[in-house]
Amino acid sequence: MSKHYAEDVGQVVTTRTSFIDDIINLARKSSIFYLLFGLACCGIELMQTGGPRADIDRFGSVPRATPRQSDLMIVAGTLTYKMAERCKLLYEQMAEPKYVISMGSCASCGGLFQLAYSVCKGVDKIVPVDIYVPGCPPRPEALTEGLLRVQDKIVRERWFAGRRDIGQRSPGLGIDYKVSA
Amino acid sequence: MTPEAIQQSLAAKFGDAVGPLQPANRDPWVEVKPAAVREVCAFLKADPQLRFDCLMNVSAVDWPKQNQIHVVYHLFSYEKRHSFILKAKLDRAAPSVPSVEPVWKSADWLEREQFDLLGVAFEGHPDLRRIMLPDDWVGHPLRKDYAEQAQYHQISTTRESPLDGFVRLDEMKKSAAAKAAAAAAPPAAEPKKEIPS
Repeated sequence: MSKHYAEDVGQVVTTRTSFIDDIINLARKSSIFYLLFGLACCGIELMQTGGPRADIDRFGSVPRATPRQSDLMIVAGTLTYKMAERCKLLYEQMAEPKYVISMGSCASCGGLFQLAYSVCKGVDKIVPVDIYVPGCPPRPEALTEGLLRVQDKIVRERWFAGRRDIGQRSPGLGIDYKVSA
Repeated sequence: MTPEAIQQSLAAKFGDAVGPLQPANRDPWVEVKPAAVREVCAFLKADPQLRFDCLMNVSAVDWPKQNQIHVVYHLFSYEKRHSFILKAKLDRAAPSVPSVEPVWKSADWLEREQFDLLGVAFEGHPDLRRIMLPDDWVGHPLRKDYAEQAQYHQISTTRESPLDGFVRLDEMKKSAAAKAAAAAAPPAAEPKKEIPS
């Protein structure tokens, strides 16, 4: 075992509050099932990203055809108001914890069609967005980068430490949720 | 048949209801009185010399200055290999024209599209409702005076430019710097008096 590696291990042991968090997060970040939600030309790039060349399956990410089995919704394409309501419904059908990637200009802000009467000016008007991937449409490499940023976000989440912190974060409720650490 | 010959056969059959052949850069057209549209179309389809078996497109144009909406019918005959264009000029306040759905089934969705986007009422259409926009949409967006609603189902229809955010950030920084300078000025003035004493 090299010295460098030993230092890394030591750091992990001292700074992480819970190994269980790390193990849970490792499992979660390595199995991000994304909802197939291609709306326009970004959908073609989304398919390419899942295809053999970019192959985000190597990060454990595979498409699901139903929101009930999905962790991640990739909104790929121009979102009309008619579709926006369906998009919100699909998001609400996903099980927590759930993440949203806004792929391309259209999903992020309306893009080329921002002045059109029927286009929703950004998917963040209806659902919370975690990662914005710019491009028109973004290349598969860009979407892969977006997926890795979602993984970064997942790795930083703390399940057990976070629950202990709830009482400390909300003193205004008048109830002492604080659990002695 | 040439467009001239088609216009002549229409004028012989319908008289004043059909206007003269209007020259254009491409595709000369003929104006038809709105009330006669269905009869003219039925004749164009049924006549053995004409045989317009295909309604290629129904479109409409808004002309606010003339206070008119023009409905344009693009016809084609696969049998005779000729095409023709009809236009009906409607009142913009209450545009209404007989439906040609009984003549060509393809007019069903084409006319629904024009009803959706320009608000043209096609009399006798079996199922005249919006085809693309949601059923509760307000207004007809391809009208020149269409004004977008502020929100649709609580979704705002406007988005701030990110540059505006930078401008606001810049102003906040400037005002914060001005406040800091104003707060720092009085203590700076006092030591000046102390130094000469």
